[in-house]
Amino acid sequence: MRSFQKNLSKFTEAGIRIVGISVDPPEQTRVYMLQEAGYTFTFLSDPKLEAILRYDLVHAHELASGKDIARPAEFLLDSSGTIRWRMVTENFFIIAQPEQVLEAAKALR
Amino acid sequence: MKRLNWQIWAGFILSLVAGLSYPLVFVRWPVTREFPWANLVLFAIALVLLFFGLRRAFKPDKRIVSKIFSSLAAAFGVFMLAALLFVIYVMGAWLPASAGAPQVGQKAPEFTLTDANNKPVTLAQLLTEPINNQPPKGVLLIFYRGYW
Repeated sequence: MRSFQKNLSKFTEAGIRIVGISVDPPEQTRVYMLQEAGYTFTFLSDPKLEAILRYDLVHAHELASGKDIARPAEFLLDSSGTIRWRMVTENFFIIAQPEQVLEAAKALR
Repeated sequence: MKRLNWQIWAGFILSLVAGLSYPLVFVRWPVTREFPWANLVLFAIALVLLFFGLRRAFKPDKRIVSKIFSSLAAAFGVFMLAALLFVIYVMGAWLPASAGAPQVGQKAPEFTLTDANNKPVTLAQLLTEPINNQPPKGVLLIFYRGYW
């Protein structure tokens, strides 16, 4: 996600809004993501797994946290809300790169 | 005259470096993270060194201590390689299948969630609120694990 923050201006230029979603409550996001880590894009909290469940991204009884959390996944939507590109990784070590998304975003009008 | 079995020592240290340099260094770049070729090259050199060190230690004139030590060093090298592959390919794949995740071409499911200022935000808002005074061309949703 750090690489997306670094490339945020390119996304803004391309007219793409970046939104991070996790189970973290807003207070935690404010402290860790905005204040400490310096992220500047939009963050949404989904502690009750509403959206995470609807997108079938629940990582139940995740080992490190012992909780139900979101598994990593990225979706690029066009302005009508249709998914135009996605990455639902099968391995933690293979994660979405900003370049891939910017390439896919070229097709959006 | 006793000479140091440098191959064993070098192989031992190199296999330590080969294993630890993945989480400490090579995990940072996709090109060395997604397939750990840099670490595999280091391991290949380490294992060759360990092999020759082991062969030297098992010559008839060598002492039992050096046979034991070199065997342990070689076992350690193999263990480090196995541990790296286990972390990347077994633990790395400990993710749910998410077969029901929306596909390309489908409408993204609507949601209303709270932002970092405790304000409710809908997907429809995200898709229409202007960026740089222009309507957005798209929205990138990044689901992430978070701090919990």
